Amino acid sequence: MAQVSIRKVVKAYEGNVQAVKGIDLEIADEEFVVLVGPSGCGKSTTLRMIAGLEEITGGEIWIGGDVVNDVPPRDRDIAMVFQNYALYPHMSVFDNMAFGLKLRKFSKEEIKKRVDEAARILDIQMLLERKPKALSGGQRQRVAMGRAIVRNPKVFLFDEPLSNLDAKLRVQMRTEIKKVHQTVRTTTVYVTHDQVEAMTLADRVVVMNHGVIEQVGPPQELYHNPATRFVAGFIGSPAMNFLSAQITDNGGLAVELADGAKLAIPPQRRDRYAPYKGKKVTLGLRPEHLTETQDQEKPNVVQMDALVDVVEPMGMETMVHFFVRGEPVCARVDPNLVIKPEQTLRLAADMNNMHIIDDATGKVV
Amino acid sequence: MAAATNQARIGRIGLYAFLVTTCLFFSIPLLVVISTSFKPLSEVRDFSVFQLPAQMTAAAWGKAWQSACTGTECAGLHIAFWNSVRIVIPSVIISVLVGSLNGYALSHWRVRGADTLMLALILGAFIPYQVIIFPLVKIFSTVGIFGSVACIIAVHVLFGLPVMTLLFRNFYVGIPNELVKAARVDGAGFWRIFLFIILPLSVNMLIVAAILQTTGIWNDYLFGLIFAGHNNTPMTVELMELATTSTGVVEYNVSTAAALLTALPPLLLYFFSGRYFVRGITAGAVKG
Repeated sequence: MAQVSIRKVVKAYEGNVQAVKGIDLEIADEEFVVLVGPSGCGKSTTLRMIAGLEEITGGEIWIGGDVVNDVPPRDRDIAMVFQNYALYPHMSVFDNMAFGLKLRKFSKEEIKKRVDEAARILDIQMLLERKPKALSGGQRQRVAMGRAIVRNPKVFLFDEPLSNLDAKLRVQMRTEIKKVHQTVRTTTVYVTHDQVEAMTLADRVVVMNHGVIEQVGPPQELYHNPATRFVAGFIGSPAMNFLSAQITDNGGLAVELADGAKLAIPPQRRDRYAPYKGKKVTLGLRPEHLTETQDQEKPNVVQMDALVDVVEPMGMETMVHFFVRGEPVCARVDPNLVIKPEQTLRLAADMNNMHIIDDATGKVV
Repeated sequence: MAAATNQARIGRIGLYAFLVTTCLFFSIPLLVVISTSFKPLSEVRDFSVFQLPAQMTAAAWGKAWQSACTGTECAGLHIAFWNSVRIVIPSVIISVLVGSLNGYALSHWRVRGADTLMLALILGAFIPYQVIIFPLVKIFSTVGIFGSVACIIAVHVLFGLPVMTLLFRNFYVGIPNELVKAARVDGAGFWRIFLFIILPLSVNMLIVAAILQTTGIWNDYLFGLIFAGHNNTPMTVELMELATTSTGVVEYNVSTAAALLTALPPLLLYFFSGRYFVRGITAGAVKG
């Protein structure tokens, strides 16, 4: 058990291509941190640097109070789970899990005790004698996790462990991983490109893009208070709507959309947005904050008309797609409403939950 | 419908007839050699090459093994057989193991100048070796091991390495690098990963490589003639001596028996390990 510190860490490849551009991150003991971002954002490189599988070009990585920059992976006391499981094909499940312990000269009894314990946690006791090729994808993933658990390391590292599984199994294994972490409470760094995985698993989510950290925070905070346009668009599914707009002040501060519609800004936010009067901004509004109108509207909800393009009933909600001056918008409405394409629908935008992004900086103001 | 199947059947028969004829045609020399080796000398003298032996005898085989003259000595090929064994076994083991180690290092570890090394190896695999024989002779005589078993083994290992390295590198590229990474995190270093992960996964390839090397080295004539020295001449060189040493009558039955004796070990190797050969060549390393 240990905390992990990443301090001004840089990874540069030949030709001066920087995959990671000086990131700082403090991971507390027993914390579950998820690095998330699109492919090529540097998240996997960062994980491999923590593991020691990738050299650190600049900065320092600390694990449990020691700088580990020059420590080989085997001496860092970490365990890693790979996307393709990386089980040793010629060894039984038991031997796969015992390999790391054997190399560390544990006694036979201790090895057996630990493997049995891990197998119990992961519910794979009946598979111990099998070879990896006789296992299903989900079972292989469990064995890979078992191999990590038996070592009882300071840190668990997961490199997209669920990406090879089918959708249903992925959801199931996601829960398993969370459960295992709640049981063993080992500090965990988990890399994924799937923001849903990030949101559901993490104590804190680290959103990365182009080799830098865009934002770090608990899932709810990232969802409700994204710091940048990138985070706002990356976290949440379906994604946040972005509409080009302008802040105008003709009888009350308002967001004026490209089609001329004016959406009044709530009074408590006026001070914050007043400096941006006349500037080009982007209005960010999540689909769930753009819904059908109610008889009794809450304060700061403004109405707008939409010409429905596509309707997607999902069961517990219905998504309505339309355009505002060529920009696609998605609204989430009551599934009981009967909505047809080409009809005009009156929608209510909850301005309490809107975001204004300064186009010049990409930052949420 | 019936006409079509009939036609197909005639086609089949024609095909097999052609194949059988071709097979027979190409095996004539071998059949002649085998039949001659079982003839007594009297029958050989008749020059009835295509006749089967009227009186089967293994005497020529015995003579070839025990008492045929090669140059000035008359002790048959059995000494040379053991010479060949002493040369082949260490050469094969060393070249296969070092080749697989090279292949592992080149495919799973970052080696400085790996690309240049690979290029050099590929070139090395195709260099006509007559070109480097003279420098090699000079080098070995300077070092002082020229004409010894160690010398001939070193030559075979050197010339085997480029192909062995390429073979193993291409095989190991198919083993996911994550396996090596997982083993590194598990606590294994370069050698332990090689011993506990890589070697157990390459059993088929090791067998294939060993077959290739055994056949190649056993059949070698030139290096054995030049580097092995008089006391360690391999079977191929002695066979040549035996066939060219004539005192009066040319004993074709002994020569053919000697040739078959020399060819037998690689042949037997193929018979007993052929299935690994096929498996090794087609196996797709590791899946999932």
